Amino acid sequence: MIETIPLPVTDDPVDRAFWQACLEGRLLVQRCGDCGHVQHPPRAMCPVCRSMELGWSECVGTGTIWSFTVPRPPLLPAFAGLVPYVVVIVEPDDFPGIRIVGALAGIEGNGIGGIDPETIAIGGPVRLTFVSLADDVALPCWAPVAADGSLEKDAQQ
Amino acid sequence: MTQTTAFKDRTAIVGIGQTAFAKSLPETELQLACRAIRAALDDAGIDPGEVDALGCFTQETTPEFEIARNLGFGELHFFSQVAHGGGAICGAIGQVAMAIALGVAKVGVVWRSRKRGDPSKRQWAGVQPRIDDHWKWSRPHGLSRPVDEVAVMMRRYMHDHGATREQLASVALAQRAYANGNPDALMREKPMTLSSYLDARMISDPLCLFDNCLESDGAIAIVVTAAERVRDLRRSPVLIHAFSQGMTREHQLMTDYHGADPFRSSSGATAANLWRQSDIGPAEIDFAQIYDAFSPLVLFSLENYGFCGRGEAAAFAAGGAIAKGGSLPVNTSGGSLSEVYLHGANLVTEAVRQLRGEAANQVDGAETCLVSTCDSTPNGALVLRR
Repeated sequence: MIETIPLPVTDDPVDRAFWQACLEGRLLVQRCGDCGHVQHPPRAMCPVCRSMELGWSECVGTGTIWSFTVPRPPLLPAFAGLVPYVVVIVEPDDFPGIRIVGALAGIEGNGIGGIDPETIAIGGPVRLTFVSLADDVALPCWAPVAADGSLEKDAQQ
Repeated sequence: MTQTTAFKDRTAIVGIGQTAFAKSLPETELQLACRAIRAALDDAGIDPGEVDALGCFTQETTPEFEIARNLGFGELHFFSQVAHGGGAICGAIGQVAMAIALGVAKVGVVWRSRKRGDPSKRQWAGVQPRIDDHWKWSRPHGLSRPVDEVAVMMRRYMHDHGATREQLASVALAQRAYANGNPDALMREKPMTLSSYLDARMISDPLCLFDNCLESDGAIAIVVTAAERVRDLRRSPVLIHAFSQGMTREHQLMTDYHGADPFRSSSGATAANLWRQSDIGPAEIDFAQIYDAFSPLVLFSLENYGFCGRGEAAAFAAGGAIAKGGSLPVNTSGGSLSEVYLHGANLVTEAVRQLRGEAANQVDGAETCLVSTCDSTPNGALVLRR
């Protein structure tokens, strides 16, 4: 069993640009260069017009929680050490119908977790943040936004 | 001859066999497979030398040639493997049945042998440091196990329809009660109460320990042959009435939350094509064997197969419909949650016992059954009848 968080391969030609943009603090969704169809996760081909000329659009970085869970052991050791952490499915405000998986993290991007699950609800607003996990991986994560619009401080554990 | 008359009721399940079920068995997967297949052929009254077709899972570790040379089969004419674990057993049976209905082969064996009681055998525990397939979009975030993927769906379902944990508990409780009446079930001596369910530790909130299937060792085998052959066999036949596999549009394995309608799963694709071929509709099904690696999959499948409307399955289950004496008994041996977890193969053997009239928790007048496979993978289903 691996000791580290499993990381994505980032040099696949289909999604290399996605991971490079993450290193620059930008979240992209794939957009067909021919018909404009937007999709996530990225694919090799546009299923609407069969084009392989696929480009990207940048998300503004705000969204709402479509659903979430709080995994508990048994887990990979790297995740067991983060319990309780929250994983959300986010709908970006500017791309309705797109859903993206993301761990919750503090806005400072210090790491996955550190958010009190009791404060999280479906429909809650979140803001994009990135957690650096390797030289080639800045994982796009989400920080909860409180009712007054402020960003949640990291909860005490 | 139309497409459906070429297949409908042309083949039958004529033998079933199984090993003991346990948290840990000393034999290898090959030994267990041999034992279960020998038992199934004995049950059918068919000589192993007559077997000429095999069906199994791509995840099966016992290869066709080892099975054939150990069991002393004759020359084989058809062998197929079906992918996607919990989605596979009905496809494996249906493909062998099609080969027999078309005259390509005469006697088929489908089997599943698995030792999974050891925690190191869990697939999620074998993830590599770098992920190159579609799991790269969820595993690094800590959505790392199938139960996590089902948990986000169940939480959304609760949000959309007001379903509660108490309602969801009715799936695990009904199946545990069936297992308590099944001498072969792992959980035969362990009753479950609502309070013990609600107090169980969370695995992926809102899913607790008892919403998860067992981790167990065992093997199961099923024998299929032409319906016209069955008059000279030992057992009353269980006819394969209708079959379909299904994969919904833009499906991505275990991650239906990316879909335009996340709750219209591959079961919806299977169901539409299954009922199209079937003279028996959901209202005429006497009991159902619904894939249950995680209890929410039962609710989602009840809706996709048309037993309930959208959002109604939690109340349907909580009202007692799926329990003993209900209008649609479900997973009457205890299923994956409380009998044994063998990727749903035990759901098929229990369907056969019920339709033969020899089940431990016999449903009165059981003549028709739906058997389904995993709601959140590419899947398949069978309509079986006496």
